[in-house]
Amino acid sequence: MNERLVQLEVLRYNPETDTEPHFQRYEVTCKEEWVVLDALNAVKESIDPTLNYRWSCHMAVCGSCGMMVNGEPKLSCHAFLRDYPGVIRVEPLANFPIERDLVTVADDFIDKLKRVKPYLIPAKPKAIEEGEYKQTPAQLMKYRQFSMCINCMLCYAACPEYALQPKFIGPAAITLAHRYNLDSRDGGRDERQEVVATNEGVWECSFVGACSEVCPKAVDPAGALQQVKVASTLDWFKEHLLPGGSK
Amino acid sequence: METINTDVAIIGAGGAGLRAAIALAQADPTLRVALISKVYPMRSHTCAAEGGAAGVIKSDDSFDMHFDDTVGGGDWLSDQDCVEYFVKEAPKELMQLEHWGCPWNREADGSVAVRPFGGMKKQRTWFAADKSGFHILHTLFQTTLQFPSITRYDEYYALDLLVDDGRCQGLTAMEMRSGLIKQFHAKAVIIAGGGAGRMFPFTTNGAIKTGDGMAMAYRAGVPLKDMEFVQYHPTGLPNTGSLLTEACRGEGGVLVNKNGRRYLQDYGMGPETPLGQPQLKTMELGPRDRVSQAYWHELQKGNTVSTRWGECVLMDMRHLGEKKINERLPLVRELAIAYLGVDIVTDAVPIRPVVHYMMGGISTNTKAATPLPGLFAAGECACVSLNGANRLGSNSLVELLVFGKSAAMSAIEHIGGLPAPNAAALEARAAQTQARILDLFSRTDGTESMSGLRKEMTDTMEKNVGIYRTEAGLKEAVDKIAQLRQRYQHVVLNDRSNVFNTDLFQVLELGCMLDCAEALTVGALARKESRGAHQRLDFTERDDEHYLRHSMVYYQGLDTPRVDYLDVVITKSPPGVRDYSGGHK
Amino acid sequence: MSRKPFVREVSTTRWYFKHPRYLRYMSREVTCVFIGAFALLLLCAVERLSEGQAAYESFLAALQGPWSVAGLVVVLVFAIHNATSWFNVTPKALPVQIGEEFLPGKFIVIAHYAVWVVATLVILYFAGVR
Repeated sequence: MNERLVQLEVLRYNPETDTEPHFQRYEVTCKEEWVVLDALNAVKESIDPTLNYRWSCHMAVCGSCGMMVNGEPKLSCHAFLRDYPGVIRVEPLANFPIERDLVTVADDFIDKLKRVKPYLIPAKPKAIEEGEYKQTPAQLMKYRQFSMCINCMLCYAACPEYALQPKFIGPAAITLAHRYNLDSRDGGRDERQEVVATNEGVWECSFVGACSEVCPKAVDPAGALQQVKVASTLDWFKEHLLPGGSK
Repeated sequence: METINTDVAIIGAGGAGLRAAIALAQADPTLRVALISKVYPMRSHTCAAEGGAAGVIKSDDSFDMHFDDTVGGGDWLSDQDCVEYFVKEAPKELMQLEHWGCPWNREADGSVAVRPFGGMKKQRTWFAADKSGFHILHTLFQTTLQFPSITRYDEYYALDLLVDDGRCQGLTAMEMRSGLIKQFHAKAVIIAGGGAGRMFPFTTNGAIKTGDGMAMAYRAGVPLKDMEFVQYHPTGLPNTGSLLTEACRGEGGVLVNKNGRRYLQDYGMGPETPLGQPQLKTMELGPRDRVSQAYWHELQKGNTVSTRWGECVLMDMRHLGEKKINERLPLVRELAIAYLGVDIVTDAVPIRPVVHYMMGGISTNTKAATPLPGLFAAGECACVSLNGANRLGSNSLVELLVFGKSAAMSAIEHIGGLPAPNAAALEARAAQTQARILDLFSRTDGTESMSGLRKEMTDTMEKNVGIYRTEAGLKEAVDKIAQLRQRYQHVVLNDRSNVFNTDLFQVLELGCMLDCAEALTVGALARKESRGAHQRLDFTERDDEHYLRHSMVYYQGLDTPRVDYLDVVITKSPPGVRDYSGGHK
Repeated sequence: MSRKPFVREVSTTRWYFKHPRYLRYMSREVTCVFIGAFALLLLCAVERLSEGQAAYESFLAALQGPWSVAGLVVVLVFAIHNATSWFNVTPKALPVQIGEEFLPGKFIVIAHYAVWVVATLVILYFAGVR
């Protein structure tokens, strides 16, 4: 089994002892096929137990382990050492306050997720006994891609709008609203528009597209946001130009 | 210490915890619900489940058949009154999830689709691509966001239950970001903290599956039931242990040894079915325990493939074709390419059995109530017992829903007309938690390394508590775990910080895993038979005369735990033969 | 309290140097300056046209000076970059679903180019280029 001596430059921060973050270097023997998370675990287990970071599933589905690897937002369980031949710089996810070491404060994201009403608001109520809402495979495919978001926040780390304008509701939250808007069973679009089609919502987005580039699940939040813009614009025209202002 | 007053406290925000919270909020919006989890809800390990959730909906299927499959699959250790309740509730719960927006796969006519799964006589597994657990978790989490009565306490590590007047009345928990310990005074507590697969070195389980909820109940005097039954999922990636869903086999994938032989037919699961046409409940769709055990036998015979990650067998899905794989198994393809460099479209993938699920757990009845009034449990952390000695794939995801709701309903029943809590008594108990944490922080004479103890634990579990067990091996494990628990009293906490101290959490989690491992190894040694997932080389047959009973292990501090037995409830299916050969009726 | 979350500063003027993808974005955005300038030039042209043939022809002659041609080439490059970068991302905003599949993005992009070519030909035709 091939091994490699990996050098990690990790941004550390302990609010009880530090006034600001600083880099610490670690050198650890790793297997070639490992990911950055494996390297961090090896450091924590055998070199420095005081290193802190979030992780759980190790298969890119729980969304816990987002961090900056050489300046790029990555899931550390999906950042393969073979792609980083030199010193690997590891920092907490950008655009979020640092709690401790590689652990960020995720409160803002959680709040925004809730604000967009990301739950099914059925267009027609139906009792459980009546069975399922019929939804054809085509109707399912319409929104399915947008339901794949693992809430890892890499898109928020990549988005310069969010970096510069913290009030921006952001890619993942708006994409989740769009997922429900596109669901054939849903009738809650108007309610969500009040939050999403605003200056803090989709109109803060200038289509940099970084979010979609870093998304580990190919959700394409940039696409979702532009689709919301198109739909919102059409709404506006219908409301203001059609007699009766129908939506 | 801050006191948070609530009506129902739920520990764990995975599928079961979230379902319980919704049930409470819908039944009575005036009830205060505290949903406490050591991780944000979407990180719960429910997200990693892939294959699907079983519920009878096809016209050629019946509750009786689902019942029979489950009871037989559990090698008759399941409590049949519980299974009867479960199979009837299952389709309703899955339908409820659909109404909440879960993106179930569909037939062309728009109705919900089902797929074949191991040990099931009929197709009844509802699925959402190969990310069913992920979609169920996110649907539940997003649904909770509309209920103002649910207050979430994200990243709170639950420490001890508060028991007074013979009732469970709350818990202590640490706010992980600040290190502050807080007490929750509640009229009822529901534990939905998940399993403890991390006791083993090689598991599909994520880092968080350390049995904290099980240990909390155990330490409060609630017995852990049937802990010795640990499920090995037959198909895990050999390097990371990541799960490759049973649906791979449901869609037609086959298992071959180094000679290209579909070896399962040599272990009572033949005759060989045609390639790409899996037949329910036979060959690769046999139950998980039998399929994993077959691997062990092939290993003994030298028929496994030697890879740089160890001895493996091969799972071949090439005949499914790229289109079907992308449609039904996209995550599996991604995982194999990313972590193993193998594309299942063009190559057979090496796999081996991996620890996956704990059939055992906190003892509850069908209403999700533990023997301690006011304490309820649901999900993998609980043992009702639904799954008996071996769980069928796709019963677990729906178990979360059925018993999550059941726990909520039972909690509501319990809290009517309760006397006011004795706050002083609860505070005194909470102070004990504070003391034990303080002890860790102020210890200067510690001698044991946390990661060292943890490695010794996982090593002995792997060596002595595997797919096949022996008297000598189990004895060694029991003694080793007992020794580790003693040594744990001297573990060193390296990080003395208050802010998000993961060294502390790992030390505490190790304590929980050692408690669970104790119940597991003691129960395994005492059970002198082979049944389902508990297979012994020295007692190779099932012994219904002596062991048609649940193992109940009771915490005795640092002393040997007490073992007792509880009869299995048999209603309409007396113990029979588990027949997974192709010719069975 | 022991907590003291640390907020990392982001430079409002130099943030786009942090990553090549931000520079690419800025290069797309900065095209608007050049296109805006060209729009002003067109307004001048219209204004000169209203002053009569002589004024307009001297305006055209001025445009043929070397600096002016260089400047117009630069504008053309940015205009093309603007158009092509927008064409390439339009499929994200306008997904076309056919049954269970989505039309591959490249068809939408090609359609945009086709319309662009046709429009250009039409304009050139009316401009007298045969």
